[in-house]
Amino acid sequence: MREQAITIEIGGHPILLRTKDDYFRQLVADRYAGFISSSQAASFEFDVDVLSTPPKPSDQDVLVERRGAIWRMQRGDFLAQWDSTRGRGHIQQTANPYSIDSVLRIVHSLILAREGGFLLHAASVIRNGHAFLFAGVSGAGKTTISRLAPGDATLLTDEISYVRRECGNYYACGTPFSGELQRSGENCAAPVRSLFFLEHGPENKIEPMSQPAALRRLLRNTLFFAEDEELVKRIFQAAGEFLDRVPAQGLTFLPDPRVWSMIQ
Amino acid sequence: MSEKYIARSSAIASRLLGGEMMVMSATDSTFFTLNEVATAIWQAADGRTPLSQIVADKICREFEVDLKAASRDAEQFVEELSRHGILLVSDHPFEIASDSPTEAA
Repeated sequence: MREQAITIEIGGHPILLRTKDDYFRQLVADRYAGFISSSQAASFEFDVDVLSTPPKPSDQDVLVERRGAIWRMQRGDFLAQWDSTRGRGHIQQTANPYSIDSVLRIVHSLILAREGGFLLHAASVIRNGHAFLFAGVSGAGKTTISRLAPGDATLLTDEISYVRRECGNYYACGTPFSGELQRSGENCAAPVRSLFFLEHGPENKIEPMSQPAALRRLLRNTLFFAEDEELVKRIFQAAGEFLDRVPAQGLTFLPDPRVWSMIQ
Repeated sequence: MSEKYIARSSAIASRLLGGEMMVMSATDSTFFTLNEVATAIWQAADGRTPLSQIVADKICREFEVDLKAASRDAEQFVEELSRHGILLVSDHPFEIASDSPTEAA
């Protein structure tokens, strides 16, 4: 079997996967359609061993640990290592989209953390050249607010928002990580105008939120997979700096498209 | 009663926001919001100043509270944060003050 490479570029970060398994390569190409890059020059690379059985068959939850520059990630269905200094790594998994999806989420969360960005449980949408983030736990309304978006809006994701920091400004980038909508976001980006924390309620209403409350909620909705001291400090710092630049408010809404008239 | 000395752990991140100190443990992600009085104790926890002096100088004087009540509250606060490893407590001054935690105004 010939080794083949495929590059998935999310949030401007290309990750190249090398595999000898044609079926897996095609599976990745289909899963990440819209995020496949023709570039073979990626800053981050993984060799993928496609196994016939999971490396550690179990119900084990995801475990992410760091030893020096080496991150080790594992769950029952995958085992991965990543050298964050060299940008190189290795993945063992069966030919399924869920394992590679999890590894990519973890790796992107680590890449973003060192740049002052983060992955957030939030829908994100571009409208009039600006990105709006709608954060909340499952059931808070991320998919609903995405479905209600007007025709001129561009959906970046209904589940996991990709917040990147560049020159002190924050950009939301499209991701293939979808929630109930089960469709990838558009592969584009825009500067973040506002962050809303979602609540269902009897009327459409935007309420101011204190910075301490916003920080608490932002951290509660940020994806980080490792109880690593350095990482936790970075994410705390990133969340605080984000709130220095981006206003955060509470958004209570009815499942009604008129809520979008309030979002500017 | 012996003196107590308190120092901020280096395994935390903190940030002053809207007059409240937000503190997060970097080991277990426990999150604390400190009120004004607790923030004053936190900021004075240099590992060298006795807790009794912090209470007298920073709490009683600045917040105009009774020494006995302030001491009792400070003891409780210190005990709770030390249980989470966020504050370090010793009956001797710390030889090296805690590393500057990640903190921004």
